[in-house]
Amino acid sequence: MESRRIIGLAAVGTLAGAFSGLFGVGGGTVIVPMLIALYHYGDRLATGTSLAAIIVIALLAAAMQGGIYGNVDVGTGLILAGPAIVGVIGGTAIQQRIPEKSVSLIFAVLLIGVAIEMVVG
Amino acid sequence: MDIAIACLICFIGGLVAGLIGVGGGIVFVPAMTAVLSKGQVEAESTSLLMIALVSVVGTWRQIGYGNVNLKDAAVIGLLSPVGVLIGVVAANALPERALRIGFAMLALYMAYRLLKRVFGNDPHDPAEPGTEPLADPGPDSPAGSGAST
Repeated sequence: MESRRIIGLAAVGTLAGAFSGLFGVGGGTVIVPMLIALYHYGDRLATGTSLAAIIVIALLAAAMQGGIYGNVDVGTGLILAGPAIVGVIGGTAIQQRIPEKSVSLIFAVLLIGVAIEMVVG
Repeated sequence: MDIAIACLICFIGGLVAGLIGVGGGIVFVPAMTAVLSKGQVEAESTSLLMIALVSVVGTWRQIGYGNVNLKDAAVIGLLSPVGVLIGVVAANALPERALRIGFAMLALYMAYRLLKRVFGNDPHDPAEPGTEPLADPGPDSPAGSGAST
């Protein structure tokens, strides 16, 4: 992997982490549009790669919040994770059956909503 | 009854996570604060555990579809904790209003780029409507070293 590309991806990761730390938004809100708009990823590849990157971010953050501060309700988390996991399996399956650019369209609407919330919220 | 409603909301959150590749916390947190009356910090922290589990399963499914570039994901994921630290420091050092406006401007710019890609004619665009997932991008492709590597 060329060094310029690694630096660029590192910047995406750093930016995603920074906005997570700043605003509590998930890294995917930053990672997916940046991979699509700046790295010309296909929509499905961007979302799949984003989910893989989020594993690291969420595990580290959950371990810190749970292990150090004791803020994680493991029981409730596991109960609610059940239907959420069924949902993510359904979501990824649906994604393979819709036009690829519709993910970009959904994300653009989401980003406009986030921008409005940031300014007026 | 409350837990059933929360489960239904979290199912929808998982659906969104799989569809657009976000963690789902934007849905999980309100489900816990509004329906289960959890505190904001506990809800956000518990949401992180759920996001980790949902992301593992979502990634597993997307690898099956050939939609994951593991090398790029590793670089992004491993560098993000540095960003979290920067974000926390910045949150305490800079005016919140300026940060929110800065993020809003970035979000709008990204939305513009995405909409341009959807409705415009992007010469770099590898994805046409209805195309199959990228399986083996070339060495010059922006997708880099290929999916599921």
